[in-house]
Amino acid sequence: MRNLPYTSYLTAIYLFFYIPIIVLIVYSFNNAQYSLLWHGFSLRWYHELFADSDLWLAVLHSVILGVTAATVATCVGGLTAISLYRYDFFGRQLLYGSIFILILSPDIVMGISLLILFSMIGITLGFWSLLLAHITFCIPFVVVTVYSRIVSFDQYIFEAAKDLGAKDSVILTRIILPLLWPALLAGWLLSFTLSIDDVIISYFVAGPDFEILPLKIYSMVRLGVKPEINALCTVTFGLTLLLIVISQLSLRKKP
Amino acid sequence: MTTNIIELHDVSKSIHDHVILHDLNLEVRNGEFLTLLGPSGCGKTTLLRLISGFENPTTGKIFINGKNVDGLPPHKRHVHTVFQSYALFPHMTVFENVAFGLRCRKLPKAEIATRVAEVLKIVKLEKFAQRKPDQLSGGQQQRVAVARAVVNRPLVLLLDEPLSSLDYRLRKTMQIELKQLQRKLGITFIFVTHDQEEALSMSDRVVVMHEGGIEQVGTPRQVYEQPQNLTVANFIGEANIFDSEILSIEGKQLGVNILGKPRNAKSSRSFELGQKVHILVRPEDLRVWKQVDVDDSKDMLPGTVEEVIYKGTTVDLMVRLSNNQIVAATEFFDEDDDKLEYAIGEPVFATWVPGWEVVLPHETL
Repeated sequence: MRNLPYTSYLTAIYLFFYIPIIVLIVYSFNNAQYSLLWHGFSLRWYHELFADSDLWLAVLHSVILGVTAATVATCVGGLTAISLYRYDFFGRQLLYGSIFILILSPDIVMGISLLILFSMIGITLGFWSLLLAHITFCIPFVVVTVYSRIVSFDQYIFEAAKDLGAKDSVILTRIILPLLWPALLAGWLLSFTLSIDDVIISYFVAGPDFEILPLKIYSMVRLGVKPEINALCTVTFGLTLLLIVISQLSLRKKP
Repeated sequence: MTTNIIELHDVSKSIHDHVILHDLNLEVRNGEFLTLLGPSGCGKTTLLRLISGFENPTTGKIFINGKNVDGLPPHKRHVHTVFQSYALFPHMTVFENVAFGLRCRKLPKAEIATRVAEVLKIVKLEKFAQRKPDQLSGGQQQRVAVARAVVNRPLVLLLDEPLSSLDYRLRKTMQIELKQLQRKLGITFIFVTHDQEEALSMSDRVVVMHEGGIEQVGTPRQVYEQPQNLTVANFIGEANIFDSEILSIEGKQLGVNILGKPRNAKSSRSFELGQKVHILVRPEDLRVWKQVDVDDSKDMLPGTVEEVIYKGTTVDLMVRLSNNQIVAATEFFDEDDDKLEYAIGEPVFATWVPGWEVVLPHETL
């Protein structure tokens, strides 16, 4: 009991963090349409959620978009990080700096600038514009994740491999990729999460033919929060939690 | 038959106008254990990287096994490097680490297996073949690194301060193991270190380097007992240095004058009458006598005891001489002197056996 002040302080912090989400999860099981009062436990909103085909189409779109964007971003970002580490080329510092600019620049600026770019070069807003936008904002996060991992290696292992007769391709496939895969996986999961819940940038570059989940939720909420959305958010929260746990575990285990 | 496995002709290396190595000439004999010794920043690691092929000399030629290796990549030189950090592949087992070079050369599986097993047996790691590097101790990792290099049967093994990250006791053990391994394999070892004790105890020959140049090449005994100049003398072991000049010459016998006391000295170098010289005396050669015990002090240097350091096997003394110069003396226990008890401030005489000193031409430092 002597730790009471400490424990209660910690509890307060956790409550502050998680009360909104707990409330949302609790209400997703509330058997009432609009009421904030508790009307008993029900899985009704989950049934409605799983029956809503429009919503599921948006989920499917989001998953396709997220998987594609995360995969492309992981490939490009991973190679960028490896090149930044292994090669000294013209503009290396500039490239490294610009990655942080992309991470720090406000979403709204990215969104508007991408919108202007796409309309200038005549890309129809829809899947492709969304994909390009998502790849763009995911790459820097992959680069940073992978780069921070690669600099923690003993730099001489690459020289040792070369000394033992390994070609660049062998060094990549036998040394770099096996050592980097946890970081690549973490980068992929991070990208997927970023892509699946991005609203602001997507809002600018989405088209009417390709509806994605965050924008669908956003438009539904504008007409009032239906408990169905609570249910959807609960499912999304659960999945996100799972992804975070996987990515943390994969980074924690040293090869 | 001793042949030169590596020859360096006028090799220089500069990076961005900064001279790192200048005009090096060096011959490495086949099968010897050669040490590059020097303080950090003297260019010894750069020299190793020029031989291994990770860097190219700015000028000059390097011959390995009689062949000019200019522009040849590291793996085509038949030399392999053991890195300071070992640089083991952390995701591979000991077996895979050692087999890496052979697999790169696409040797048949059966041959790889026998050769790896053979080498692991030599370095006494056959039981650890399936372990990962992080499950091994520092000394074992070190042996894996050596095994990974020697399994490729290099002409020369280059070792870049491989013992510097081990603790003192383990380093001593590994020094002996490496030396024995080198004898067993018969491969030329070029070993880089800044630890003079390590260099003296392991090498067949030592290359003393300083500020990008070679100061002296010789056996451990030669560089310690007959240093070529003050730099070598100061870097290898401790030395008490007296300024003097040549008063007489009779063959190898020189008459000198130290702090006003006439003394005889011996040197195979040639000097001129009146030439200014440095007289070098190692602490272990300097004998310190209590003044009350001495009858004839005509060539002894008077002083007082400044500090007494008891070291178990020896007693180290700091003695302040009449000109305020402080000299170090290491006294051994023996039948003449089994107590070695000195009081601070006690008046003493310091002397040494004539001929045990080193006479060097005067240098302005």
